[in-house]
Amino acid sequence: MTDTAAAPPEVTTARKSRLHLALRKPGFLVGATIIGMSILFAVMPGIFAPYDPNFIDYTAVRQAPSWEHPFGTDMLGRDSLSRVIHAYTVNMQMAVLATVFALTIGVTVGALVGYYRGVADMIFGRVVDAIITFPFLVLVIAVVAVLGPGLINMYIAITVVGWVYYARLMRAEVIAQMGNDYASAGIVMGYSDRRIIFRHLLPNAITPVVVYWMTDMALAILLGSSLGYLGLGAQPPQAEWGVLIAEGRNFITTAWWLSLMPGIAIVLTGLGFSLIGDGLADLLRPRG
Amino acid sequence: MAGLQYILKRLALMIPTFLLVMIIIFLLVRMLPGDPALAIAGDKASDADLAAIRNRLGLNEPLLVQFWLFFTNVLQGDLGRSILMRTSVMGVIIERLPTTVFLAAFAVSLSLLIAGPLAFVAALNRGRWPDTVIRTVFQVGLSMPVFYIGLILLTFLAAHLRWFPVGGHGDGFTGQLYYLFLPSMTVALYTSAIIMRNLRAAIIEVLDAEYVQFARAKGLPNRLILGRHVLRNALISTVTLLGLSIGNLMSGTLVTETVFAVPGLGRLMLEAIFARDYPLIQGLTLTFAVLVSIVFLLTDLFQSLLDPRMRLS
Repeated sequence: MTDTAAAPPEVTTARKSRLHLALRKPGFLVGATIIGMSILFAVMPGIFAPYDPNFIDYTAVRQAPSWEHPFGTDMLGRDSLSRVIHAYTVNMQMAVLATVFALTIGVTVGALVGYYRGVADMIFGRVVDAIITFPFLVLVIAVVAVLGPGLINMYIAITVVGWVYYARLMRAEVIAQMGNDYASAGIVMGYSDRRIIFRHLLPNAITPVVVYWMTDMALAILLGSSLGYLGLGAQPPQAEWGVLIAEGRNFITTAWWLSLMPGIAIVLTGLGFSLIGDGLADLLRPRG
Repeated sequence: MAGLQYILKRLALMIPTFLLVMIIIFLLVRMLPGDPALAIAGDKASDADLAAIRNRLGLNEPLLVQFWLFFTNVLQGDLGRSILMRTSVMGVIIERLPTTVFLAAFAVSLSLLIAGPLAFVAALNRGRWPDTVIRTVFQVGLSMPVFYIGLILLTFLAAHLRWFPVGGHGDGFTGQLYYLFLPSMTVALYTSAIIMRNLRAAIIEVLDAEYVQFARAKGLPNRLILGRHVLRNALISTVTLLGLSIGNLMSGTLVTETVFAVPGLGRLMLEAIFARDYPLIQGLTLTFAVLVSIVFLLTDLFQSLLDPRMRLS
């Protein structure tokens, strides 16, 4: 970041100075560091984990944290630290897979109904009202109940419910953007609807959606681990934070570290995404 | 009479929404692979039972007729029979409902008690250390899953210090207060984080508004400004927010009830899922939707009562 003198042409300087601004904010920097580390753990847990997460050792059951096992060992003598690190793979995957399909569907539907309005928009309004009438977790759980427990079904369930929130946001933003001159100009110039929606409106309307996406990734980890804890998400012996906490629950008075440590990983990752979201909101939102 | 018109319009909008809610719940069980009758009656059902259920649900009829049957049954309060409980779904739900409502109301009260004063302190000290501390703590709170908060409270306050029972439910009002304090606190710690953040922003917005600056310029005492203008407007935004987060609150109670073994609707939902008790799952999902929409409606009415601007738009 020292070679600002050699900065590329003017167009990027505005964006660059905003990036500098964001990086100078301690919150964003901390968030980016946490998520950066989390991605590293998720991609190559084997490098960071001291032991094999599934190695069972009946001679070292439920040992308290020590130099040898910093997070202790579980009821099968597996190394807790290694299991928490290996769980990053599943839990970070949740942040992506539980949100990205909802994002894609929601953005597309939201942009279309926001642009065309009419009957489709009216139906959309009722569908949104109906889906938000269910508590999020209740509807997700009900869908999981029908499909059966497991990670893939959990992703399907969250997508079935979650796209509504993206669509609602996108629709409102597209309608707001339609009021701008560039949108009318596109229509006057006879551009195709597809071009106006996807080349002109979408890039301008996407900012709040991206900011919400960061929050939603944090929520996805909370939701995914909650379902894992309840026995409806990832299934043991899969190392997943919610599952790990549930496994430790029975020994909570004697081996508290089993449940405590995975929870700290959840809190840290959630915090990381929220901080990035706040930073992005400042970075992307035009000032003035 | 603009107010009455608003209420009627609001009620009219609920009809299509509720029809869709019913369709979603109806389709939920129809999405199951295989015979819905078998799914509803369970594996141990006899052929006669299956035939009776097929008949009752009209499974041999077209889908629309099936939906009509489901719809009219629900309107008559008939949600079918629970496999798990061996009684009517409606009966089980009515039995468990008060516990969950108590828990939710208790949690709302606690979160207001926590978030209200702290939001005022944070907003009045904007940018200074009390603000920073309060916001940081609540930011961490927002990143905690409800079951984790519950387990921590359970371990330290109930199992370790033995100040509270580790689970179950009490008799009478005070007994319920005692037994449901920790479960409610668990939900409250999560919802108060949401309320605090929004309330703080709302208070700051009011403090910066021209009419408050005008009141200041007129020389009105601070107490009057805070009481008359800030509190009233903060109340409106808090009620709106509470109404909107009722879904979150219900999700929270569901998790809390399983952590603390509270015999409410949430734990029943989970038991129903593991027992594949589809009539009960359907009934509970519907109950949650009804609860939420009642709260949405009350929120809207309360809001239009407090804020005249709402009635005009």
